[in-house]
Amino acid sequence: MEWIKLRSLRSTRWVLAGGMAATVALGVVAGYNTRSVTGDPTSNVLAGVLVGQVVTGVLGVLAMTSEYSSGLVRVTFAAVPRRGLVLAAKAVVFGAVCLVAGEITVVASFLGGIAALRSSVPHPSLGDPAVLRAVLMTGAYLALTGLAGLGTGAILRHGAAAVGVLVGGLFVLPLITGAASRATGKFMPELIAGNSLAAVKPVAGFAWSPWLELGIVALYPAVLLAAGGWLLVRRDA
Amino acid sequence: MISVRGLTKSYGGTLAVDDLSFDIHPGCVTGFLGPNGSGKSTTMRLLLGLDAPARGSALIDGAPYTALRWPLRSVGAVLEARAFHPGRTARAHLLALAAASALPSRRVEEVLAQVGLADAAGRRAGGFSLGMAQRLGIAAALLGDPGVLLLDEPVNGLDPAGVRWIRDLIRSLAAQGRTVFVSSHLISEMALTADRLLVIGGGRLLADTTVGALTARGGGSLEEGFFGLTEGIR
Repeated sequence: MEWIKLRSLRSTRWVLAGGMAATVALGVVAGYNTRSVTGDPTSNVLAGVLVGQVVTGVLGVLAMTSEYSSGLVRVTFAAVPRRGLVLAAKAVVFGAVCLVAGEITVVASFLGGIAALRSSVPHPSLGDPAVLRAVLMTGAYLALTGLAGLGTGAILRHGAAAVGVLVGGLFVLPLITGAASRATGKFMPELIAGNSLAAVKPVAGFAWSPWLELGIVALYPAVLLAAGGWLLVRRDA
Repeated sequence: MISVRGLTKSYGGTLAVDDLSFDIHPGCVTGFLGPNGSGKSTTMRLLLGLDAPARGSALIDGAPYTALRWPLRSVGAVLEARAFHPGRTARAHLLALAAASALPSRRVEEVLAQVGLADAAGRRAGGFSLGMAQRLGIAAALLGDPGVLLLDEPVNGLDPAGVRWIRDLIRSLAAQGRTVFVSSHLISEMALTADRLLVIGGGRLLADTTVGALTARGGGSLEEGFFGLTEGIR
């Protein structure tokens, strides 16, 4: 049911394709603008996920909230009264689509961005140590952000509110907590993505293994989806 | 067969449905008549397990709705006229519901033809007129060939041809032996469509009667009979 719903919307396809294109384009620009010969070009050309995460996150929000805005959610829950199952199905289908789209996007970003690097800058390849890990983890990050959006949508049920909270959580929360303590950065998904997941060389303040950091990022959608599922079952539809 | 016992629901301290008890039998059209805000839609949502009652029970063929294995095969419902994603085609909307109920895609084409949307099935439903949207809702309700149908204000906003089409459909569904429960605030429409009548006001059941009996009580006018019951109730 959720697979049919997801693939039957033209708008979803266009937004996803546009987001992927913008992410790759940003990666190419970042590659071209890379000057530092001692820097981390892999991390630089993956900078497009700044845009990509918003696209998957917003699509995740809409996967849930668009059902509330039309009243479709009551048709859905009348067809499948086990609401936790509905959310789980959405998470599996949408998460899988985002993962595939995310990995395609980051690989394309990497290849496009590296091709745009100046000749003075070292050119990493996917066979170099940690490069493939950085690229694939960044793709997984896009899927996890999408699932965080889905969970936020299930909790708030209102599209604009959920997008606001999601974007605030991604971009504003790190600023606020960072002002209080720099050590909080390694718990903020958006900073983890740039400084740990996508990084080939360790960045100061992100000494933990990228796998541990990926686990921290995954906790956000896990908690949001669990809370969303709990609320869906308990609240009137 | 629908059995409701002591059904009570309040929203934020306001009592929407107050100790409602009734049975709805198959083979006839039961009208659910009451002013706006009298608790008709709330009762429908409680029947479908969408809202949880504070007290009481609503059973469909002896079981709560949420215990049904394939709910759409037992109960078809139309609650809102535009309960679909505007960007999705009518066919895709129905295919998703069919998949959720393990129904063959052949059923989608059958109900599309039955409600007269076969030619519009590939169009995005957001562009549908209210009448077409209402037909799509009814197609979704008929998808599982259910024995029980719940229709909340099905003729609201329809043109005369649409009103007549729904009226004839409702009558024929009941004649096939189905349990048909139709809410409305349109007394004249109920007079033409329903056999039995439940009158609700202020969340309480005011009468469990027939169109004939309430008309007789109003001195030959169903409207007078209705106002006789609802006088002084919000």
